[in-house]
Amino acid sequence: MIYLQLFLSYLKIGFFGFGGGYAMLSLIQQEVVVSRGWISAAQFTDIVAISQMTPGPIAINSATYIGYEVAGIFGSIIATTAVCVPCFVIMLSLAKFYLRVRGNRYMEGAMAGMMPVLVGMITAAALLLMFPSESDGASFIDTWSWVIFGICVVLNTLRVNPILLIALSAVAGVLIYV
Amino acid sequence: MRDLFEIFATFFRIGLFTFGGGFAMLPLIERAIIERKKWIDHKTFTELLIIAQSSPGPVAINTAVFVGYKRSGTAGAFAAALGTIIPSLVIILLIAMFFATIRENSYVDAAFKGMRPAVVALIVGPIITLSRSMTWWKIMIAAAVGLSIWWWGFSPVWVLIAGASVGLTYTAISSRKLKN
Repeated sequence: MIYLQLFLSYLKIGFFGFGGGYAMLSLIQQEVVVSRGWISAAQFTDIVAISQMTPGPIAINSATYIGYEVAGIFGSIIATTAVCVPCFVIMLSLAKFYLRVRGNRYMEGAMAGMMPVLVGMITAAALLLMFPSESDGASFIDTWSWVIFGICVVLNTLRVNPILLIALSAVAGVLIYV
Repeated sequence: MRDLFEIFATFFRIGLFTFGGGFAMLPLIERAIIERKKWIDHKTFTELLIIAQSSPGPVAINTAVFVGYKRSGTAGAFAAALGTIIPSLVIILLIAMFFATIRENSYVDAAFKGMRPAVVALIVGPIITLSRSMTWWKIMIAAAVGLSIWWWGFSPVWVLIAGASVGLTYTAISSRKLKN
């Protein structure tokens, strides 16, 4: 039952998707690349690249794309719905009862405890893309990859627009590899 | 009904122009929702941001659900969420359908070979920024978490639950000390 698997996987991603886009990456990666093997690490990086250049949250984009890859249009709608269900329900109840998350000491304690974990999850996402377990899915294929990576890290620190960075590296890719 | 459509249309526009993740959307929301439509005020917006960041799920969807609810109840929340999701759903679906046919093209392949290291560089960015405001032992924890997920294949879910539990236990112990 591929639809049910898609639904449950993305429900899980939605429910544990704390800390925004990049922290969610390792969660999504773990689920769809490592555990389910629906797509390769390289395909996953491509989806992240496409997400950077198109509007919308990365969690939604990846759900739509991977849902389609795995089970067509219906699959993409199922995965996208599933990833939204937990946050819809949770935010709705927070808005309804207007829980003051800020004033709640326990909520703040839990968030403080999760903070280093979230940074670790972003680190894991970067490491998994740099050195994936299967050799065919590598994002870094030669010295040029590391050169592009190094330049982009510096430019990103200097706050150059990320869409521009991706576009420029696409041009660099065409100049180097064609 | 007109209200719901207005909510949908407003968030549809915001969803269409949210490049680069949830936080890029915040200035758009501020302009459209607070200054033009006056659906919520600045103080509520600040509280909303804290709630949206502490809850799971994309910040964009969380914000939409909250504002939609404030404006028109559960139906409003639904309209706002739908408005935010549909632009990216349609765009990505079109790319996914079209991409398979051009993926083998040597130019497209070369472009993606160039883009992949750039994507990793963008992910490394927030690690650097966030580490600056962390104490050395928090950085050690973050590094250990990163290694355990990457090298040993730990599930991020369990590590996240462990982190939250440690935070809760610490809060419980320190608040008991305060009482004594």
